[in-house]
This record gives sequence, C-alpha cells and structure tokens, in this order.
Amino acid sequence: MTTAEGPTATAPHGPHPTDQPTAVHEQQPTGQAPASARELHLTDSVRSARDDARAQGGQASDWMPYLPASGSPHRPPGVDPAALVWAETVAPGGYTHKVLARGTRLRFDDPTGDACAHLLLFNALEPVERLNVADTQKIPWQAYLGENHPLLSGDGRVMAVITGDSSGRHDAFCGTTTDAWNERKYGDARPEGPSPSGRGLLVKAAAKHGLSRRDLPPGVSFFQGVRVAADGTLAWQGGAGPGTHVELVAELPLLVLVANVAHPLDPRPDYVVGPLRVHAWRGTPTGPGAPRFTATPELHRAYLNTVDYCEARGL
Amino acid sequence: MATTQAENTVTTYPTASGGTVSSTVPVGAVYAESSALNWGASLVEGAVVLDDTVASNAPWSAVVKKGHVLTIVDVGGNQSADCLIYNADDPEERYSVPDTLAWQGNAYVRTGTVLHSSEGRPLMTVVANEIDRQDTIGGACGKESNSLRYGHHVMFHHGCRENFLAEAARHGLGVRDLVSNLNWFMNVPVEADGALGIVDGMSAPGRRVAVRAETDVLVLVSNCPQMNNPCNDFNPTPLRMIVVDPQSPASPGSPDSGSPQSAQHPSTPEGAA
Repeated sequence: MTTAEGPTATAPHGPHPTDQPTAVHEQQPTGQAPASARELHLTDSVRSARDDARAQGGQASDWMPYLPASGSPHRPPGVDPAALVWAETVAPGGYTHKVLARGTRLRFDDPTGDACAHLLLFNALEPVERLNVADTQKIPWQAYLGENHPLLSGDGRVMAVITGDSSGRHDAFCGTTTDAWNERKYGDARPEGPSPSGRGLLVKAAAKHGLSRRDLPPGVSFFQGVRVAADGTLAWQGGAGPGTHVELVAELPLLVLVANVAHPLDPRPDYVVGPLRVHAWRGTPTGPGAPRFTATPELHRAYLNTVDYCEARGL
Repeated sequence: MATTQAENTVTTYPTASGGTVSSTVPVGAVYAESSALNWGASLVEGAVVLDDTVASNAPWSAVVKKGHVLTIVDVGGNQSADCLIYNADDPEERYSVPDTLAWQGNAYVRTGTVLHSSEGRPLMTVVANEIDRQDTIGGACGKESNSLRYGHHVMFHHGCRENFLAEAARHGLGVRDLVSNLNWFMNVPVEADGALGIVDGMSAPGRRVAVRAETDVLVLVSNCPQMNNPCNDFNPTPLRMIVVDPQSPASPGSPDSGSPQSAQHPSTPEGAA
C-alpha cells in the first residue's frame, strides 16, 4: 500500500484492511476543499438549513441543463429560441435522456473536440422497438455514419436521420465502453469515479424510463471516428477538432439516451472527454415531398413503414 | 451559439485498482486528509463473515443471512449511509418506511426498531445504536431532486439515487425497486410546527449501528456524496460494513474478536451534543 508518493484506492467491495486501519485513504481529496466547505454553511436548525439550501440557487455551471430551453446560452445558429425544447451541456463522464416528439430536431455540439456522444434510441411509445446498428449499417449499404444516414430500428422503420454533420468522425462498430473494459484500461469504472463506462451510465439513464440492462442494444457514437482497414483492423481516427456538430431529425417519438464518455478505442492513457452540448427544437418529420424520402429504394420503404405506423397511431 | 472553448482540464485521481488515472470527469469531493477517522469494530461478538470498506461516494451491497448482524461504522462521523433492504429470496418484498414507523408508533429509528417490509414482516432489527436517533424520513438525494433543492447547476453532481440504480442493477433490480430509505447517521428532526429538514448530524467518528437480519436480506447502501447540505458534514468519508455470525465464536486473534478499538471511541464525541 502506497502512502507517501501517491494516493491509494480501496475497491468499493474490497476487504477491509484491518492490518493497517490508519493508513487507508480510499481517495485523495480533490480540489474542492471539503474542509472549508463545512465552514461555508450554517445548518444547525431546519430554518438555517433551508436558508442555506435556498441561497445556493441561481448559479451557473460548465455543465447543466438550461431551463427554460429558450434561454440557452449556447443556442445553435439560426434556431428560433421559442422553438427550443431541450438545451443542456452534458458533463464529461455524464449522461442525459429525453423523450422527443416526432419531427423534433436534435443537435449535438462538441465545443472542445473531445466530446463523444454515445447514443441509444427507442420508440418512446413501444420501447421494444429500438436502434438496430446492424440494420443501420447494412440497409443503407454504408458502415460510416454521415449526412442523410438513417438510424434504423429492427422493425424496418427510420427512428432518426442525420441531417447535418460537420465532424464526419463517428462510429457504429465499437458501441460504448463497459465496466470490464474501463477497469482493464483505466483501473476503474465506478459510476461515481473518474472513468465511468458508457454502459454503466446508460443503465442509469434507461432505469429512469423503466428500462433495464436487457433493453440496451448496441449503440452508435458521434465525434470520435473509427475506420476499418483492409485487413479488418479498427483504426482510430479521433475527433475533427473543436466546434463540430451533428444534427438529426426524430422520425418517431423517441426516447433518447446519451452517455458522454471516452470512446473504447481512444488510445490516450488518460480518460479524456469534453463537455457535450445538446439542443432540440420543434420541427416536422421527413415527408413524402422531401428528396430524402425517396433517396434510395431502401430508405423509401423505411419511410413508408414509418409513415404507415405513425398514421395508424394518429401521430 | 455553438462555440469552441479552451482545452479540457485533466486531473489525476486514484483508481479502484490502486493505480491512478488522469481524467476530465468532474468527480465529487471526498474527505479532507486531516479528517479524524475511527474504523471501529463490530458491535456484536461473533465470527466475521464480511468486512468491507465503502469508499466515499460509492455504493455497496451484500446479502446478510438470517441471524447475522451487520454493523455499520460511521468512520469519519456524520456520514449518511443511505440504505435499502430487500427480502433476498423475493426482492419485491422490500423495506417500508410507513410500516416501520406505524408499527413502532415513532418517527425515529433507535435500538429495538424493527425494520418492516412492504408486506408488514420484519426484515431486520436494530440491536445496538450509538447515536440518539437514526433517520428514515429524509429520503435519498439524487441528480433530479438536487436540482430542485439547490438549482440546475448541480445536475451533474453524483447522488444516492445514482448509487442505488447502479448497485440495484447488479442484482437485476431497477428504478421500480427504489423506495423510501433509511439514512444511518443522518439527522432529520421534525419540529413542533412540522418543519422538517436535514440539519447538522449527531454522530462522530467511530459511531456505529448494528442491525440483525430476521430473514435473508439484500442490503443496498449508498455512501452519500452530497456536498450541498450537512448530511455528510460537507466532508464525505468512508463507511465500514462488518457482518458477524453471533452463533459462531469469533476466531482467536481476530482483530474484531474483542473490542480493541473501544479505546479509540470517544465517550463524549464533539458532535453528540
């Protein structure tokens, strides 16, 4: 057990080190100076505790949801503030989730070039219908996500389509990280720790909509690219630099789960992920008049299936 | 407007496996190095069947067999141990605050309190307790409820509901299985006019509570990461969880066979006023 040269850690489920009970420091104090935090709060009665809690309101953070969404400090260019329905900056290692109406525009921004948006989509009305990555690559005859690429369910429908992409660095092969992966790579995957796994976060996001592990299919990720070499090697591309974005249209009522975590193939020994901006605003789904609706025979039939489903449900 | 910003800041943290990792993730605060820690010992004699440390901010769970006694040590003092209990053989039967309170006719948990299930049956019994009263009305913190109490800027702070969800998932349980909980070592008074809230704690380093399983139970604990109210004294510290079998003698030489730590346990802790 190291004590002088660096911090030590105790596994959350590890045995208690009874031989050296005084040498245990399971985590090094962070820069948040909790000792002085105690002195900043008067909380010795219910009234003083209430006043102390209420005095904390109105602050800003580098990562937080913006409510109402119309007041977002990072509103995408050209978007009517009154149309915004979701505005949030997701922390590095954080997750978010939302149910979106059919037709909603959804945009992810990577302000630092280090975000990685791991995405799962479900039909909000029938969550057994969900993103099918195999169909998403196979049906369009294209492995790499980009503009006009549909995100397909396993039920032959378009869940969403990519309508804008200034990054071009995405991945539909590797899914997201697991606890086992991050424990091997970083030595830690605790959800509350410095290197949480994407699946660990998505399990929590899913739980908030009554879903559990068996409901989580393979997903896709935006902003950190992977390409397949001729011999099959999965080659890391990384990001396209700061300030890129991806935009989608929800073609079904969607439950969207997002984890913002380091990509599984990220070669950096450090767990580097930047903040992820999320905005959504009211819009209309792709209709029969749009060029995209009939762009390919496969996409045409997928849209026909989608419209058929929605019209029967009165959507 | 979509804008770029400065490079992400990397901080070095210890890992669960004993190494370090540099990361941009905003990890919650943990206790100051100067904090007084008292690791305590089991409150009940018997063979030790489990002895775990729960790191600051972390979840924990274990099955405690019928008749075994779980001692929870408040190692750093005034550290809330949010706790849920399930019938290990049928987790749809779980800890029930109203059944526990109504059965004993009292709002606080103390020695002798039987922790009842949603079916009215005893799950565990408090057999020893070293603080004046334990809480079961204050509930658990969470990302979402934190945003109500302190503002949306705390949305990405870790919370007990996050710990409960992560740990519950290890046992095939989910959000439907989370109910109102116990908060060992947290102080939630109900004042004469009905005012209720989390206030400064009454515990101290090394204070303990011991609960005996009345049936095989799954115990879930969140070592509370809250930094916006006094439930952790603004200084999240570890917990120690010791399970003993009182029917089996403690093995000779076991550090927990006697009570060598009792000398470390101050008889009049500062926080107990």
